[in-house]
Amino acid sequence: MYKARALLPGTLLHGRHRFSTAPAVVTGAAPNDEPIQPCVEIKHTQLLINGNFVDAASGKTFSTLDPRTGEAIARVAEGDAEDINRAVAAARRAFDEGPWPRMSAYERCRVLLRFADLIESHAEEIAALETWDSGKPLEQAAGAEVPMVARFVRYYAGWADKIHGLVVPADGPHHAQVLHEPIGVAGQIIPWNFPLLMFAWKVAPALACGNTVVLKTAEQTPLSALYVASLLHEAGVPEGVLNVISGFGPTAGAALCSHMDVDKLAFTGSTGTGKIILELAARSNLKPVTLELGGKSPFVVMDDADVDQAVELAHHAVFFNQGQCCCAGSRTFVHERVYDEFVEKSKARALNRVVGDPFRKGVEQGPQIDGEQFKKILQYVKSGVDTGATLVAGGERVGDRGFYVHPTDEMKIAQEEIFGPVQTILKFRGVEEVMRRANATPYGLAAGVFTRSLDVANTMARALRAGTVWINCYDVFDAAIPFGGFKMSGVGREKGPYGLRNYLQTKSVVTPIRDAAWL
Amino acid sequence: MAGANRSSEKHEGFEVPKVDVKFTKLFINGQFVDAVSGKTFETRDPRTGEVIARIAEGDKADIDLAVKAAREAFDNGPWPRMSGYERGRILHRFADIVEQHVEELAALDTMDAGKLFQVGKLFDVPSSVQLLRYFAGAADKVHGATLKMSQRMQGYTLKEPVGVVGHIVPWNYPTTMFFFKVGPGLAAGCTVVIKPAEQTPLSALFCAHLAKEAGVPDGVLNVVPGFGATAGAAIASHMDIDKVSFTGSTEVGRLVMEAAAKSNLKPVSLELGGKSPVIVFDDADVDMAVNLANMATFTNKGEICVAGTRIYVQEGIYDTFVKKAAEVAKRSVVGDPFNPHVHQGPQVDKDQYEKILKYIDMGKREGATLVAGGKPCGNKGYYVEPTIFTDVKDDMVIAQDEIFGPVMALMKFKTVEEAIQKANNTRYGLAAGIVTKNIDIANTVSRSIRAGAIWINCYFAFEPDAPLGGYKMSGFGKDMGMDSLDKYLQTKTVVTPLYNSPWL
Repeated sequence: MYKARALLPGTLLHGRHRFSTAPAVVTGAAPNDEPIQPCVEIKHTQLLINGNFVDAASGKTFSTLDPRTGEAIARVAEGDAEDINRAVAAARRAFDEGPWPRMSAYERCRVLLRFADLIESHAEEIAALETWDSGKPLEQAAGAEVPMVARFVRYYAGWADKIHGLVVPADGPHHAQVLHEPIGVAGQIIPWNFPLLMFAWKVAPALACGNTVVLKTAEQTPLSALYVASLLHEAGVPEGVLNVISGFGPTAGAALCSHMDVDKLAFTGSTGTGKIILELAARSNLKPVTLELGGKSPFVVMDDADVDQAVELAHHAVFFNQGQCCCAGSRTFVHERVYDEFVEKSKARALNRVVGDPFRKGVEQGPQIDGEQFKKILQYVKSGVDTGATLVAGGERVGDRGFYVHPTDEMKIAQEEIFGPVQTILKFRGVEEVMRRANATPYGLAAGVFTRSLDVANTMARALRAGTVWINCYDVFDAAIPFGGFKMSGVGREKGPYGLRNYLQTKSVVTPIRDAAWL
Repeated sequence: MAGANRSSEKHEGFEVPKVDVKFTKLFINGQFVDAVSGKTFETRDPRTGEVIARIAEGDKADIDLAVKAAREAFDNGPWPRMSGYERGRILHRFADIVEQHVEELAALDTMDAGKLFQVGKLFDVPSSVQLLRYFAGAADKVHGATLKMSQRMQGYTLKEPVGVVGHIVPWNYPTTMFFFKVGPGLAAGCTVVIKPAEQTPLSALFCAHLAKEAGVPDGVLNVVPGFGATAGAAIASHMDIDKVSFTGSTEVGRLVMEAAAKSNLKPVSLELGGKSPVIVFDDADVDMAVNLANMATFTNKGEICVAGTRIYVQEGIYDTFVKKAAEVAKRSVVGDPFNPHVHQGPQVDKDQYEKILKYIDMGKREGATLVAGGKPCGNKGYYVEPTIFTDVKDDMVIAQDEIFGPVMALMKFKTVEEAIQKANNTRYGLAAGIVTKNIDIANTVSRSIRAGAIWINCYFAFEPDAPLGGYKMSGFGKDMGMDSLDKYLQTKTVVTPLYNSPWL
């Protein structure tokens, strides 16, 4: 068993650990370094209801922690059922009586475009908050995610004045219009792995369609949404249109799901929680629900693949964002002819992975989000070893990167979503076999196929039961490309024009035509 | 005899903004250049007939250079190779910059075309900005389709930019027409050679400068002022232009289509003339209907393709309608379009002015009754009184020909069927207005009129999201709306066999 070369404390429940040097070529940190102090001010910690930042009704607050140290960054207002009630009431008033749905779509578009511009002009601040609260490398937050958020908002701003319904030909003299109307008050619950991107995926299409929103952030990462929501108000969104509640799932989250006056629910998070959400929606007012849940996505490397490229891609597919990606390519299937070479090279790549303070340049991987996730990941690592897989790199508490070969499909590490930097490499012989095994999962979020063959690519793309199939690439996201799961990875799609459908109601309007000149 | 309209020759306390004509040369490959021939032509102010400026006169040689630049920019340049999103960002910047120059552009069009300055400032130019933003937001929303194949094949369509586009635009709404064409053309990833009308080259050249400021790469937008018979014909016949889009008269539209056919069969879209009917039913509020009809005929001095110039009024309210319509027309103030109190400016030039007066004369000789206007206005420039004829028969020239001036033909009808039949009795089919409170009449008549835009209890209801285009000899192809992008896209179907697909 090899130890991890670069060491980093994951999150800890107490005390503060120091980093230690990796002797490898690329260094993440010097010995005994203090975590870098981010120079960003935390301007907003209260709930945002009806255009105002307010304390929770109960006055309670909770801490949001720095995943590098486990220490509190700030205390944030803790929303509960009463706050959800107030927020929904504000959103309801804003929808039923306020200007937002009544102004032209062009005007809504202008507000959203201004919002995108403000995000860009405050990009540094936003990225720093995001890294501080979530542990993701600053280069990733600043270089990729914040620009993607601006792009995303602009994409939906451009849809606002182009939302079409249909006029359909009835079998008879009737004029039939199908209108697509804003659905009303949307309740949205987002996770901690991509706090701001998830904010954008939910809020942008909902607002572009003329709805109002109550958004509950993840308790691990409440900060960036509050700040960005203040920018939205600066951009001119009327009060009550976007309300942001920090709080916990069983309290604030459950209250939102069960609320009788919420017209639509959208959730991104674990499959387990997704089931609860759907149940609560059913028991209350049958609000329509979209779910973006977990995954155990296969990454298939064919024998004609360029092994070096495949190794690099597979590496990113699973380790990106500290492995905390719903669509992580967490089952790497490699053709037996290239298996040994692939494993050797993947091992080397994993050992070279720069793990360290996410505020430091050149760091590829920061800490896991919190102690709970950290413990869970290590339990999976242990389970892998216990059930007979070979751990070839990492797996240490501090290193926190597991890297497995020769696991079997039945092992927990090959079946369950670990949500951590644990790569599992499985061997296969033939295309039909790997398709069968790739699909043998209750999940179906994404898949990757690495091959030069046109026919293999086309066949696999169709055979894989997953919402996104990446061929010779991975984690290619764009505002225009729909995303979502098959099977227990979710219900519905976000992004692209499909994202709009989640936030529109369909109304058929029918009138007789007298003396129709044509039908 | 109709009383003369007040014309305001003296400056009654209104400001005429100082307008500098900064751009008078051809804009080719990102530079303002003289015509190859060195020739220039005059553009005149229709308030006075005087010359505003001399403009470089593009001809075939200049069109060739412009097409060469546009071809290079399309085949090898960054424009079609950047993502739709990136094109959209540049177009948004373009819109923002145009918005900063609203007054200047409106003033140029007022001076060049006689259009009302207030309307230009508050409506025409801002709505061009809105339209450009619409297309900026559409640039990353051009979708192909994945298809249902009955063979074991995978098929999908790609929507590709068509290439180098030639635009020939008219003089009645210079800025608006510029963006009608350039907006979707650029959003789709094409490169453009646009010839503004010889009567109104100024705002197009100014917009070219603003486009460059916005970051539109060189060669993507080329503006070549000149005459139809030379520069326009060169565009229509060019062997290296992939698509031509023309807005103007039906007569010239024919020539463009013919030239396209005789050269390289480039696809053509035409937005041509109209003789649009407004049908007023007797359940209408008469005052509202009179104002609507007045607006439909006289807006922009009648120089608008979708003008409602045949007003059919149901017999129950006909007499009242005629009386009120004549009163409203007589109250209209004709004068300097920079004056905010003026309702109607001068016709665009001498040719149009004389043509309109000839039609008025013909109307009188054919036996129609003049109830308002009928005469030129003032002793300078090209002003014509708002004119109304009644007792017009359907086969009279003034009921069939597009006059493109402030001349209304007011006619009576009895039944719904008669109204439909009369409305459709035209070679044109651009727009129509219906004034009624009755849901059934509205639905039936709107479906029965063969025209591209039906406005019920409103008129000129233009919208960026609403496609606009004609039936019959009013042309084909749409401007505005997502449909208008189709003009600038090719559809390519891509097919590959599938092996062992679990579904088909």
